[in-house]
Amino acid sequence: MNTITASNIIDTTNASAPIERQRLGRRVTQWSVTKAEWIKLRSVRSNVVGIAAAALMLVLLGVLFSALGGAEQGPPGTDAATDSLSLVFGGMTLSQLIIGVLAALFVGSEYASGLIRTMFGAVGRRRYVLRAKAIVFGGATWLAVTIGAFGAFFAGNAVYSGDLASYSIGDPGVLRAVLAAGFYGACVALIGIAVGFLLRSTAAAIGVLLGLLMLAPVLVGLLPGSLGDTLTKILPSRAGDAMMSVTSPDTLLSPWLGFAVLVAWVVGLLAIAGVSLRRRDA
Amino acid sequence: MIEVTSLTKRYGETVAVDDLSFTVRPGIVTGFLGPNGAGKSTTMRVILGLDNPSEGYATVNGRQLAEHAAPLTELGALLEAKAVHPQRSARNHLRALAATTGIPDRRVDEVLGMVGLDEVANGAAGAFSLGMGQRLGIASALLGDPETVMLDEPVNGLDPEGILWIRNLLKELAAEGRTVFVSSHLMSEMALTAEHFIIIGRGRLIADVSAAELAAMGPQRQVLVRTPHGDRLRQVLAADGVQVTGDGGRPDVFYVTGMESDVIGRRLLEDGIELHELTPQHESLEGIFMGLTQDAVQYHAHGAHSSATTRQAA
Repeated sequence: MNTITASNIIDTTNASAPIERQRLGRRVTQWSVTKAEWIKLRSVRSNVVGIAAAALMLVLLGVLFSALGGAEQGPPGTDAATDSLSLVFGGMTLSQLIIGVLAALFVGSEYASGLIRTMFGAVGRRRYVLRAKAIVFGGATWLAVTIGAFGAFFAGNAVYSGDLASYSIGDPGVLRAVLAAGFYGACVALIGIAVGFLLRSTAAAIGVLLGLLMLAPVLVGLLPGSLGDTLTKILPSRAGDAMMSVTSPDTLLSPWLGFAVLVAWVVGLLAIAGVSLRRRDA
Repeated sequence: MIEVTSLTKRYGETVAVDDLSFTVRPGIVTGFLGPNGAGKSTTMRVILGLDNPSEGYATVNGRQLAEHAAPLTELGALLEAKAVHPQRSARNHLRALAATTGIPDRRVDEVLGMVGLDEVANGAAGAFSLGMGQRLGIASALLGDPETVMLDEPVNGLDPEGILWIRNLLKELAAEGRTVFVSSHLMSEMALTAEHFIIIGRGRLIADVSAAELAAMGPQRQVLVRTPHGDRLRQVLAADGVQVTGDGGRPDVFYVTGMESDVIGRRLLEDGIELHELTPQHESLEGIFMGLTQDAVQYHAHGAHSSATTRQAA
């Protein structure tokens, strides 16, 4: 009993005096939150391995399609190849899926475990977390897929011996097309991040991404007349194809228009995710 | 210090928190109690800035949490157990959280040591037991050396050793002068740790009292009397206007209300009544808590909801 009384007295005394605390931490900034997300990205192996795999698949499948490909048959899931470039970038179909799934997981897994709410509590401004994830994951995929795209271009061209038009990096529009492949990879990552924040569930986000990137081009194309053609052109995957093409067929937008449409998708979805993040309960 | 002012939170038609106001003071452990579904977690989510209040507001150390430059150094919170990526190590989890606020890595190692996870800090957190996950959650709450600590059901699923550890930790944090706010649906647990209680039911404040005040809210004291001469006991005490009730199961046990045990003992001695036991009955804090929250238990009686509706209509 004596002990309890004594400790009560100590408690009361301490309550009135300011407690002695360490001087820890600084103001939360967009930069500090970005550093935190960078640590998160690197410290889960599947992120690192997955992003590397997306780049590697681009090279390996590019080489494979270039080695086997002919005029009558493009890579699976695409139109008939019109030039060697569409064979070289044939691995993008798989790479974008890997990137989309990883991006959805990068956000969705934190909603599932509750870590995202710990982050929001620690950061205060939720949009810092959205932007930080976009910067870190978008940046990492941009770098990786750009390297993969150059690898696919040079290695694919080296093994290609078919009759289609083939290019060197110095030909008009070719460097732009290779850079566009890396840019497209980053855009898929950003769309995945935005959809992840909007839907807060990995499974739902992956479903929507698959629908948008893989299913929509087929389904929208079934719409009658020019409506189907026009709508198909402005889907993210087709806008990406437009940027990566040097021949600019009628079925695609011009490269710069494709770039603009893709940027609009990314900025639009991220903006909607940002507004939703501020308005909805976390 | 946590201040909740006229807080109301509605989810569609459901009112989770209803005009709730209270203050959590530094230097003591404050227990936040209520039956499941009373609105404890919702209140804590508003305090942490996760849910936007429908009306009213909550402040931590004088401001809404998100308005502080470095929230982690103001409020350390544990809301969900195992809010960790299973493939990330405990150390990297804490390093990432620390980085948001520019907290140095040496502090990460410090809190890992405080919660006893330093030896497993480099292993994947997915392999952690519930208890270890809870310790990691507490480590992240302590990361910013915050003035205020808020934990939602921290002993849930812990083994006895872990429960004891959390109890002592909470008392230590309070003794250092911090504000410690801990929710539980178990009064028996909180009675051992908390000095002050905020009790809610159906989103409303039921009691905001110290432990002593809560004990005084119990029903009138009873004294257990065990004697083979029940009839004479009734005779003697009835004359003094005291109530004697029998115990259904045991014929020699009686409960006396309205007279202290020493007076009863003296009266029985005067009349020469044989006495086997004389024990004052203390209503436990848990019993008082159950009594207070009985009407507010959501899934308790099906009549409860309709009576609440009637009251609103009237």
